[in-house]
Amino acid sequence: MDWFLRPESVTDKLLVMVVAILLFVVVLGGILWLIDRPKVPLWVLVAGFLGPVTIALAVGLFYPAALTVWRSFQVSSVVLGDNGKPIIDRATGQRSTALSFSLDNYKEVFTDPNFQKVLINTAIWVIFVPIVATIFGLIYAVIVDRTRFEKVAKALIFLPMAISMVGASIIWKFVYEYRQAGVPQIGLGNQILVWLGLDPYQFLITEPWNTFFLIVVMIWIQAGFAMTLLSAAIKAVPDDIVEAAQLDGATGFKLFMKVTVPTIRPAIVVVLTTIAMATLKAFDIVRTMTGGNFGTSVVANEFYTQSFRQGEEGKGLGAALAVILFVIIIPVIAYNVRQMRLVEETR
Amino acid sequence: MSMSGEAVELPIRTDATPEEKVSARQLKKQQRLADAKTKLSSPWASGIAIVLAILWTIPTFGLFVTSFRPKADIDTSGWWTFFANPGITFDNYTQAFSGSGGLGPFFLNSFVIVFPAVIIPITLALLAAYAFAWIEFPGRDFLFVAVFALQIVPLQVALIPLQSIFVSAGLQNSFWPVWIAHTIFGLPLAIFIMHNFMKEIPASIIEAARVDGAGHVKIFFVVLMPLLVPAIAAFGIFQFLWVWNDLLVALVFAPSPNLTPVTAAIAGLSGTRGQDWQLLSAGAFIAIIVPLVVFLSLQRFFVRGLLAGGVKG
Repeated sequence: MDWFLRPESVTDKLLVMVVAILLFVVVLGGILWLIDRPKVPLWVLVAGFLGPVTIALAVGLFYPAALTVWRSFQVSSVVLGDNGKPIIDRATGQRSTALSFSLDNYKEVFTDPNFQKVLINTAIWVIFVPIVATIFGLIYAVIVDRTRFEKVAKALIFLPMAISMVGASIIWKFVYEYRQAGVPQIGLGNQILVWLGLDPYQFLITEPWNTFFLIVVMIWIQAGFAMTLLSAAIKAVPDDIVEAAQLDGATGFKLFMKVTVPTIRPAIVVVLTTIAMATLKAFDIVRTMTGGNFGTSVVANEFYTQSFRQGEEGKGLGAALAVILFVIIIPVIAYNVRQMRLVEETR
Repeated sequence: MSMSGEAVELPIRTDATPEEKVSARQLKKQQRLADAKTKLSSPWASGIAIVLAILWTIPTFGLFVTSFRPKADIDTSGWWTFFANPGITFDNYTQAFSGSGGLGPFFLNSFVIVFPAVIIPITLALLAAYAFAWIEFPGRDFLFVAVFALQIVPLQVALIPLQSIFVSAGLQNSFWPVWIAHTIFGLPLAIFIMHNFMKEIPASIIEAARVDGAGHVKIFFVVLMPLLVPAIAAFGIFQFLWVWNDLLVALVFAPSPNLTPVTAAIAGLSGTRGQDWQLLSAGAFIAIIVPLVVFLSLQRFFVRGLLAGGVKG
């Protein structure tokens, strides 16, 4: 059964993929066939439709999440024997350790200067990315509305959304590529500096501005999303509202600020909060461009770094970081859902 | 290039009949054309819009040009000099795809991962959404709210314990953890979106089928599925792009090179061969090309999915 649990050749991989899909179809088909009877009890019917999902979410999401929360309150310590010396595990030759309840993981995350830096960086990301991307998206949606190249222009702005964050990171890493002064630059960013008569700059290494150059990448990706949603909202503003305002003498910028923006306010909030959530969870850009070095790490990246460190200490810290991420996201989502309801009502 | 504008105009939820929709839209279009003609700022707006769009595309374009330049040229001059001093090669792509450590096998892994990771969650979500929308049973509201609430759990919170579960089940060298993880993480949003679409179908259609003696399974397949094709396409493209572009799930659940998908592979390459731009540029486009083609050819569905709330971090 090697192809099933350890596929290596091309045929093995394709075979296991087809088998996985077929297995799924057969199992699910069997379930549906069993419940497709005229007099099947209600609970059997419901179990057939909802059972697989409920089990998957309970075992695969709820239970692991609970374990992570639990683990975040545990630290590992060496077990001492009756004689006050560490007990050596005969099988491994290592000191035995045990997990015990503690708030130390959280204490370390909030007091250690390195972790504080991570928290501050995360705050900078989550403030700048949503606001700048939304403002750009809104302005662009207004400018491009009803122009001749609307479709093409929108597609170009939107394109980074389809590229992976990893792809976007490599694209921008090349823009930021640094060569010493005097040598021909190969990155566009530094070439522009040279054209302006300035010295080339280590965009990704020089603190504290490197965080902002990483943020540029996320804004570049998210602006297209903001534009798409806000453009749809602008097009849905009823014509009679605009006409009434025009009759009252509002034009141009005033019309935009006094009529358009208040009308699409729920959509703006949805865009802001959605981008904020994506920003909080995203670690791809930091991972790919700096690996979290040079003072650029954020919570989502630090979670990964800590969780896969050797030993038990990192696991506790990683769990605490994941829980912190979770806690920050909750109010953003709550607000997002409320505004989403408003958008749906006005549609 | 096609039509994000048109896709955006598609009303997600509307009670209008098709005839009304078309005529209303045509009227609006005529009105807009008239507006555009009378607007003084129009040529300026067009100009600014197109300039910004070009600026937005330059970083991607620069790497694209670079991927076709010989290594010697890449290392000694900027890609913008290409137009004065053109030199084209396809070696970068050959090397990046099939050279030693090339991306070919990872590309295959991406395909092996993506199909089950799209088909399974969508099917499960459709069934669950149907039950939530059209089967009355005690505890329905509670269960629906619970599933809805699970959307707020970030991947990170579930990742490590889930990995331990897979390891203790002996699955760590196979694709099963990646498929299952993508399924689980995709489900809450998929159920939510499918439920939204399903709720829009008029109850009279379902009731008519029920009067004719159709059971729930039959109604699901014969009545609802054909009506839901656009919704399935929208979310399918979404999940496809999400899985293809994912890094985190791949790093955690497919760490061995034998399983790693192309996106994670190119991210690794950027760490280990960060200065080999002939390799990175071509590699990046190999990783990007599939989502790019999917996006450009199916843009209207993608935008529709976005507007329906299909956003995942």
